[in-house]
Amino acid sequence: MSRRGWLLFAAPAAALFLAFWLLPMAGLALAGARPVDGQSAYLAVLGSPRYWRSLFNTAALSLGATLATLLVALPVGRFLAWRRDFPGRRALVAMLMFPLAFPGVVVGFLIILLAGRQGVLGTVTQWLTGEPWVFAYSMGGLFLGYLYFSLPRAIGVVSAAAEQIDASLLEAARTLGAPAWRRFLDIELPALAPALIGAGAMSFATSMGAFGTVFTLATRIDVLPMTIYNEFTNYANIPVAAALSIVLGLVTWVVLYVAHSLAGSRAGAGA
Amino acid sequence: MSTLHSKADMRLGLIATLAVAAFLVGPVILSILAGLTRNYFVGLSSGLTLRWVEQVWTLYADTIWRSIAVAVSTLIVCTLVGVPAAWVLTLYRGRAARALEELLTLPVAVPGLASALALIVSWGTLPGFRSSTAFIVIGHVLFTLPFMVRATRASMAGAGLAALDEAAATLGASRMRRFLTVVAPNAAPGILTGALTVLTLSIGEFNLTWLLHTPLTKTLPVGLADSYASMRLEVASAYTLVFLLMLMPLLVGLQWLAKAAARPRGGDAPNDDTP
Repeated sequence: MSRRGWLLFAAPAAALFLAFWLLPMAGLALAGARPVDGQSAYLAVLGSPRYWRSLFNTAALSLGATLATLLVALPVGRFLAWRRDFPGRRALVAMLMFPLAFPGVVVGFLIILLAGRQGVLGTVTQWLTGEPWVFAYSMGGLFLGYLYFSLPRAIGVVSAAAEQIDASLLEAARTLGAPAWRRFLDIELPALAPALIGAGAMSFATSMGAFGTVFTLATRIDVLPMTIYNEFTNYANIPVAAALSIVLGLVTWVVLYVAHSLAGSRAGAGA
Repeated sequence: MSTLHSKADMRLGLIATLAVAAFLVGPVILSILAGLTRNYFVGLSSGLTLRWVEQVWTLYADTIWRSIAVAVSTLIVCTLVGVPAAWVLTLYRGRAARALEELLTLPVAVPGLASALALIVSWGTLPGFRSSTAFIVIGHVLFTLPFMVRATRASMAGAGLAALDEAAATLGASRMRRFLTVVAPNAAPGILTGALTVLTLSIGEFNLTWLLHTPLTKTLPVGLADSYASMRLEVASAYTLVFLLMLMPLLVGLQWLAKAAARPRGGDAPNDDTP
């Protein structure tokens, strides 16, 4: 009970959060209910194929990038977990984790250097085939960008989980005659599932809300963050921008929440 | 030694790892080279130069200083607000505390664009506030606070700090005194990790800042976006290089702290690790 008095110490954080996030968010939700052309902006958004397409594009692209991220992170994470000691490992891991700190704009620029008009891929393909291969300013470039900023975190999470796998289980399975693919499917994959779900959700959520990368690559790409930005700056259509933001925020939050409880119950079942 | 994993598995892992490393690091190297080359079109044969970096300095020095100021202000607010909150969340594990912790992480889960719009809709009309750097700092605090709280809490939980604090209380020390002389010093490693994370995130924050900034309050990432859109590739690359150089010490510090935390407590004896 003497602890009671400590509660006041959390008051500044709570007040700051309330005043500058929770109440403004509620205000934004209300702003989305303001009428546009005679109906609430939410209804206008939900009834318009244009916004649905934007949402679909965003979700499909994010999902694709997430699956690709997990597919690539899995062998890399396992490799780093098995090989804990080789010359240059520390430098390699540092290199893999370095891009974690890059903002979306920088990632976009790096993709341009890779696949843009003056990019390496363009130069190499021009030299090989006479036709430069340039795809940075389209959905393909965006996909690569999402992969770029999702991979480091996913690799970190997967390799940490793979390090925790009890080698004696694998040993026992091998003694019992299980081939490598059975050991992977029956032992490794279930053990890695919570990590994969967590990393996947993180990658999906980040991709859904990523704005800097699209902004650098091409303002014409039709994904939801760009649509929100255009509604807000170019058309000063605050109700629609607000309604779309609330929809995007809800979708992202729900995905993270579901993944969190899913991974949590999995981990609980495994223990 | 580990015949547990098939040779094919190992080979696939090695190839994937090298490919990913090339994909992640390759463009960074290209960017560094482009920022230092006289003419990127012609290639390295045109010679190396610091001309572009100088040009970045004359064009964008104000954004660099502003980003540092914003990051430091964000850190001060996060420390003053986040460390006490972390202590409360360490002591209370009830439902209300859990809820507060979940709530505080919402600005990270929800896209920055939405948070920024909410801030503008509610506070944007306040004269003087909208056009000040403080407006950006508020956005950054919301986004970075959860990281400060989490890192600080991690080092408060393990140290048997609650018992220490109770001992100090029986000796008659006031709450504020206990917090400043017992709790905070013992959580120093976590606070330091949180501080470096906050600085790193703030210096690179774009999603919120792009909507919150005004022409007079441009930060480094805002300037970067501007240079990507309107400057020649060499200048944009040199600017990116400056950004990476600012990030470097923070990241090295974080890695060093993580390694120190992995060692058992009190392992301060001189070790073979060089920072």
